[in-house]
Amino acid sequence: MRVAITSQGESLESRLDRRFGRAAFFVAVNTETGEFAVHDNTQNLNAAQGAGIQAGSNVVGLNVEALITGNVGPKAYAVLKAAGIRIYLAPDGTVAESLQRFKDGLLDECLSANVAGHWI
Amino acid sequence: MKIAVASGKGGTGKTTVAVNLSLFLVDADLKVTYADCDVEEPDGHLFLKPEITLKHRSAVLVPQVNPEACNLCGECGAFCRYSAIVVLKEEVMTFPELCHSCGGCAYVCSVQAITEVDRYIGSVDRGSAGKLNFISGCLDIGQAMGPPLIKAVLRNITDDGITIVDAPPGTSCPAMTAVGDCDYLLLVAEPTPFGRHDLELMLQAVGSLPMPRGVVLNRVSGPDTAIEKLCSRYGVPILSRIPEDRRVAEAYSKGLTAWKAVPGYKALFADLWSKIEPVAGRYTA
Ligand code: SF4
Ligand code: SF4
Repeated sequence: MRVAITSQGESLESRLDRRFGRAAFFVAVNTETGEFAVHDNTQNLNAAQGAGIQAGSNVVGLNVEALITGNVGPKAYAVLKAAGIRIYLAPDGTVAESLQRFKDGLLDECLSANVAGHWI
Repeated sequence: MKIAVASGKGGTGKTTVAVNLSLFLVDADLKVTYADCDVEEPDGHLFLKPEITLKHRSAVLVPQVNPEACNLCGECGAFCRYSAIVVLKEEVMTFPELCHSCGGCAYVCSVQAITEVDRYIGSVDRGSAGKLNFISGCLDIGQAMGPPLIKAVLRNITDDGITIVDAPPGTSCPAMTAVGDCDYLLLVAEPTPFGRHDLELMLQAVGSLPMPRGVVLNRVSGPDTAIEKLCSRYGVPILSRIPEDRRVAEAYSKGLTAWKAVPGYKALFADLWSKIEPVAGRYTA
């Protein structure tokens, strides 16, 4: 299965980025083979609005079945849900640790936005 | 002739100045419209108590996608700078509250799958308070797109006399939209360190606008050389100093205008107008 993880850096040892829309990178991992690819999301860091939506649509483009992140706002949630991507919330840790927690079934699935959106 | 009354933040007495200036001009037998563009929190009506004769709803155009016609090509989503429309694998999602109504997505859709539909954002009220014409915009609760509604208010100014535009506080899009095509810019500030800071932000924000401008200091209780220095650095005159006066606050708490409650006000606004009028008149001409 393919999973995307929000990351502050470009390796599996980087820390999970708890923000979704303004995460620095997405690490897309194939859980069977362990192969991963890093996708830059930094153009979203300075987005005036709609960072969550854009990030959501970027993740949709990664062809993953699940996303592991810290927080998801309502608009990003709507996009990810519409694309059928399941969202799992992880505590602080590295990308590799978060992935392991996911494999061990320790992460809760997020069934609604867990943070408020920005007004605009 | 349009005179904008603006301030770097709320609570400086901007509405006080706008309302009292309007009343002074009406009293001087001029044709005057008070236009409340502070659409997030219009409060001019609380003082003017106008009789509203015309109310209309104001809308902006947002995209609506016909899924039958859409081939999910992605063009609309790639065009939109505001992430208000995104193309997913099986559907196109829209976020009307983020849409700036540029029409671009409908334009780039090669199969005409997008129609632009009305989305109501607020209302514009028209009426009068005695001889004063009154227009006010009020954004619906939860709406964030002030500028289109402000433009709707400004479009409704049909009067050829003097319009006093009560602008939203601050230096962002709504404020700039309201003051943008006025003939004179009256900035209201308090002579406190915070007030001075907000005034400086405002002077910077309007720096590239062409119209003449002046400052009114409100609630003045002593000398303030720092704010004088700031104004002279920007080459903006201080036109008037409205003294701190308990009676103004008392009048407010009763919903009265300072104009009626405090005798000195008439002379104060007469003096202020005598400084604005020739400059604004020259700019218009
Ligand atoms: S541009 Fe038109 S056809 Fe293409 S995805 Fe958008 S709505 Fe669909
Ligand atoms: S009208 Fe403009 S701002 Fe609105 S969704 Fe279309 S492209 Fe985006």
